[in-house]
Amino acid sequence: MNHYPAREFCLKCLITLVLIASFIVASFAYLSLNPLALFTKQAMSDVAIYVARFFPADLSSIFLQKVWTGVLQTLAISALATLLAAIASLFLALPAAGQFGYGAKVVTRFFLNFLRSVPELVWAVLMVLAVGLGPFAGTLALALHTTGVLGRLFGETLENHPPTATQALRLAGASNAQSFIYGALPGIYSQLLSYSLYRWEMNIRMATILGFVGAGGLGQILYYELSLLHEQQASTVIMAMLILVIGVDMISNKLRRVQMHSLG
Amino acid sequence: MSRVRHLRDPDALRRFSVAVIALAILWPMMQLAQFDVFALFEVNNLKVFTNFLIQFFPPNLQTSFLALVLKATFETLAMATAGIALAMLMAIPLGLIITYSLSISRLGPASGHQIARLGRYLARMFMLLLRGIPEIVWALLLVRVFGLGPIAGVLAIAITYGGMLAKVYSEILETENTLPARALLMLGSGRINAFLYGLLPGASQELASYTIYRWECAVRASVVMGFVGAGGLGQLMDQSMKMLNGGEVSTILIVFLLLVLLADYISLIIRRQLS
Repeated sequence: MNHYPAREFCLKCLITLVLIASFIVASFAYLSLNPLALFTKQAMSDVAIYVARFFPADLSSIFLQKVWTGVLQTLAISALATLLAAIASLFLALPAAGQFGYGAKVVTRFFLNFLRSVPELVWAVLMVLAVGLGPFAGTLALALHTTGVLGRLFGETLENHPPTATQALRLAGASNAQSFIYGALPGIYSQLLSYSLYRWEMNIRMATILGFVGAGGLGQILYYELSLLHEQQASTVIMAMLILVIGVDMISNKLRRVQMHSLG
Repeated sequence: MSRVRHLRDPDALRRFSVAVIALAILWPMMQLAQFDVFALFEVNNLKVFTNFLIQFFPPNLQTSFLALVLKATFETLAMATAGIALAMLMAIPLGLIITYSLSISRLGPASGHQIARLGRYLARMFMLLLRGIPEIVWALLLVRVFGLGPIAGVLAIAITYGGMLAKVYSEILETENTLPARALLMLGSGRINAFLYGLLPGASQELASYTIYRWECAVRASVVMGFVGAGGLGQLMDQSMKMLNGGEVSTILIVFLLLVLLADYISLIIRRQLS
């Protein structure tokens, strides 16, 4: 009886594994970070003392009021940013899908890629410079980044949509815009909406932290309170963030399940 | 007569009410977000911003500065790698604890051990806490304990991604073919053995490729975390931005974009080798 090894010996895999392991070791060495040093008595007690300062959380009604406003502001920032981005993407989707020729397609795609690859927080710093501190800067920053993402998704959706209806309208004499609105949009509308809602969910998460660079929302309150060493207030804000993030997660999971059921 | 009727939109009332409701929701939102388009065109703002943008060209390419950027780039990569390594250390036990397909108490009818269920519930809550708080908030908090620098960043990545990886590990282990593990458990093997021989062979590829994907995300995140002082490229960018030094910012941005592309590429290569 022949005995085959369960899996053939793979030199390449072995090399990759060794490489990854050495990269990990090198990383710790480069940062001169000894993972064991994190578990010394001194470090532990430092952490314990620091954590203790966060309790009890400040639950006075004045501060809760402030946090509630922050929550609403965070939601407003994310919703407005997503709306702005969706509108802009609708316009950019046409060139991105190649409706105005190859040149326009390449240029638009490059532009969208650029918008997308700069992180939200960097946009936020730039927008704080452009319009001053406050939630409007956060809205613009999120809108710019989201336009990059949604524009690409919208463009791809439009590209994958069968063009027959649009062509029929064009042949019947409709203008470019008309044939898009009545030919393509009804077919891809629900897909675009679900992309936008998905992005909104991510933007809510993002909007909570944009405040760290002064762009409004819950993050700004947290940053402010921590700078003043008001840990008890900060812990209230962190709890609000946690509830917001988990709540959004649960709602979207539930909605997704409902949608899957309705699709069969 | 019929012409007038044709001109009227039969759906007018509905459209009108939808528009009114949309405005009624939008208006307070715009108030809350202090929506002010004219702020974009204010002379003062415009001057500061355009001055800053003009400095973007040319990027700062002095060797002394480039050396600094290179060091920060290595630091960023090291932060992401070390962070993910620690996250894995945390995620593997947590993930195994909450995986239903490795639960002995779930074998057979009506053998619900209260303690096992409680343990699993606590582990889930703990994970939710770890990944529910964004990594940059963890970084902001940890910077106050461990001081400015990459250590806070590494730990922030470890905490958030530990929670995320644990959740996804358990999901992968539950969607794989769980029958071998179940058979092993029913024959009386321990949970670790059931995992090693029953689940891991089928799931290892997916587990590894998800971990690599998360590493890619960690590279991106470690840049952002620098803005609260957690080291790496982000911290350098934050400093240059505070000094309104556009040339430096544009150099760092270019390096950052290249770094993200590189991370994408590395993760693609490794994942392709896995499949």
